[in-house]
Amino acid sequence: MNSEAPRKSFRRKLDIANGRIDMSHGSGGRAMADLIAGIFRAEFANDLLDQGNDQASFPTPTGGRMVMTTDGYVVSPLFFPGGDIGSLAVHGTINDVAMSGARPLYLSASFIIEEGFAFADLQRIARSMGDASREAGVPVITGDTKVVERGKADGVFIATAGIGVVPDGLVLSGDRAEPGDIVIVSGSMGDHGVAIMSSRENLEFETEILSDSAALHGLVAVMVAAAGPHLKLMRDPTRGGLAATLNELAHQSKIGFRIDEDAIPVKPQVAAACELLGLDPLFVANEGKLVAVVAPAGADALLAAMRAHRLGADAAIIGKAVADEQRFVQMTTSFGGGRIVDWLSGEQLPRIC
Amino acid sequence: MKYVDEYRDGALARGIAATIAAEVLPDRRYAFMEFCGGHTHAISRYGIEDLLPENLRMIHGPGCPVCVLPVGRIDDAIRLAANPAVTLCTYADLMRVPGSHGASLLKAKAAGADIRMIYSSLDAVRIAAAEPGREVVFFAIGFETTTPPTAIALRQAIAKGLTNFSIFCNHVLTPVAMRTILDTNDEPPIAIDGFVGPSHVSSIIGLAPYREFAEAYRKPVVIAGFEPLDVMQAILMLVRQVNEQRAEVENQYIRAVTAAGNVTAQNLCAEIFELRDSFEWRGLGNVAASALKLRDAFAAYDAEQRFAVRTIAAADNPACECPAILRGRKKPADCKLFGTICTPETPTGACMVSSEGACAAHYTYGRFRTHQMQVAS
Repeated sequence: MNSEAPRKSFRRKLDIANGRIDMSHGSGGRAMADLIAGIFRAEFANDLLDQGNDQASFPTPTGGRMVMTTDGYVVSPLFFPGGDIGSLAVHGTINDVAMSGARPLYLSASFIIEEGFAFADLQRIARSMGDASREAGVPVITGDTKVVERGKADGVFIATAGIGVVPDGLVLSGDRAEPGDIVIVSGSMGDHGVAIMSSRENLEFETEILSDSAALHGLVAVMVAAAGPHLKLMRDPTRGGLAATLNELAHQSKIGFRIDEDAIPVKPQVAAACELLGLDPLFVANEGKLVAVVAPAGADALLAAMRAHRLGADAAIIGKAVADEQRFVQMTTSFGGGRIVDWLSGEQLPRIC
Repeated sequence: MKYVDEYRDGALARGIAATIAAEVLPDRRYAFMEFCGGHTHAISRYGIEDLLPENLRMIHGPGCPVCVLPVGRIDDAIRLAANPAVTLCTYADLMRVPGSHGASLLKAKAAGADIRMIYSSLDAVRIAAAEPGREVVFFAIGFETTTPPTAIALRQAIAKGLTNFSIFCNHVLTPVAMRTILDTNDEPPIAIDGFVGPSHVSSIIGLAPYREFAEAYRKPVVIAGFEPLDVMQAILMLVRQVNEQRAEVENQYIRAVTAAGNVTAQNLCAEIFELRDSFEWRGLGNVAASALKLRDAFAAYDAEQRFAVRTIAAADNPACECPAILRGRKKPADCKLFGTICTPETPTGACMVSSEGACAAHYTYGRFRTHQMQVAS
């Protein structure tokens, strides 16, 4: 069966001379990965960037390690069920810091505001950010304000940075998953994306689903304490959803995953909305959930600790890491068959965060 | 989800799978074509192939309108959108389809063309009404299921007195394509023992158009719904027809499909559309009387006339095996381009273009089977 032999996918190089950014380059999928590799990683080239995580971890001159992350928010609409661009910016940035196991310390926020934007809306967003950062105990300590002409932005865009300190001896990184490790998600998948879609112009539908937008560093602290060195890595499945996150981790760790569709928590309302919209909850964004990979010996303690926390009450073991040269994420479907859960090609939901 | 989960029940699936396995004759092979990309997607998405016996093979047919749309028509749409006066309204799955020289609507949009992604044909009418200064063109595509919504959009535009709305019509017909596949002279002849027919098409056209396949070609046809249990049940019904040497048109999807179909929709379409002499299908070539255009009475709403569209045929990559794959002669992995230069990100041929195409479905959901085979050998 020579013709059936698997082969390495050809990756077309970026056509720098003639190419342009299109919407797929912001989707969190392969096109974005190619863009980052072809332009940013190539031009910035350094070891810390090459860690390939959502945050970079570095030693400080006075000892110990810190992490730094940065993030941009362009969500549309600005206000959605369960949150707004302000709370989302705080939660998302804290989560990127927290996924390294670090304790988030401080945030920055830059605002790019469109001419004509209402003061009242800006105040509402800033107030929501202030509330979210106070609740999380992670203050916004510096910022920047820019205004662009009408039509050059869409209301307001927010760019943030976050820093945190890593507990001594803790190394969580996307390249640490090994065959046999257990995969846990902290709760139901797809809530944020469906909440955003339900409030989009020309697509409005009635649903009680709220965005799951939340700061996860409290849950992370509990997890680090419960699993200790058994905990290998964490990542928040935002753009591209659980599917994109597992594929990223499979490539970074050079392994495959086997997951069980029946074990993945999805709220019935989210499943129904996805059915209606032709989406797959595995590809829909989350903003208050994480995926953890843990050595089998630590899995039970970790799961119990997560379930005891408000933000991990629906945590579930969904599968395990396996040896796989092809880096496939394979799933046993509820129906009883098998399939790949691949990266999404192209854009499923633009401007989800 | 009530009335959805029931049709995805794993225990019921194993029951039907066991029945199929018990009823297939061990000394023969079965090859059924699911015509429609929706079925291809369901088969891949739920891993149905894993539940079928080794001597039963599903062939993924050409019933994906995005896949079979020829490159020349994508080029036409890109040229239409390049007209500064035009707002092109399209369904999202057409955005990434490659035209000639690597062009696509997605890239045209990035370069400044006014292209809007819509969810309903009526959104295009709404945009035309709201923006009277724009020439709004609706990129209409699809089989018999999506033709009535295009007809309704045209009716609405006329009722609103819009003079800035037109339709770039690419509607195609299911039974003609099935006949083309069966009539192709292949040596040895294509082994298709029966068809799984699309229920949404039959909810419009009914069952009658498929009778010729049962009567003249002696091929069983089972009209099936799109839930995985529907597909499993349809496969069982086909196995039984083959075993009993019957060739009939059977209706698995009795919850929505009637023998006569939707007569109101049929009449509406007959009033607005007429057959084209010929239309190019990607993978099948030019097929006579296989597509629709607006009748002359609606010429003012026909984008092809309004903007003097002259389609220039563009050749596919000669190494692309889509024509053979669409007829069931070859499998995706038999193509040299599959998974190398041809991937869902950079599709070369029809079958990779949309997630409903045979190659894209195999790439996205089924590649691990190839891998397992290699490990096993």
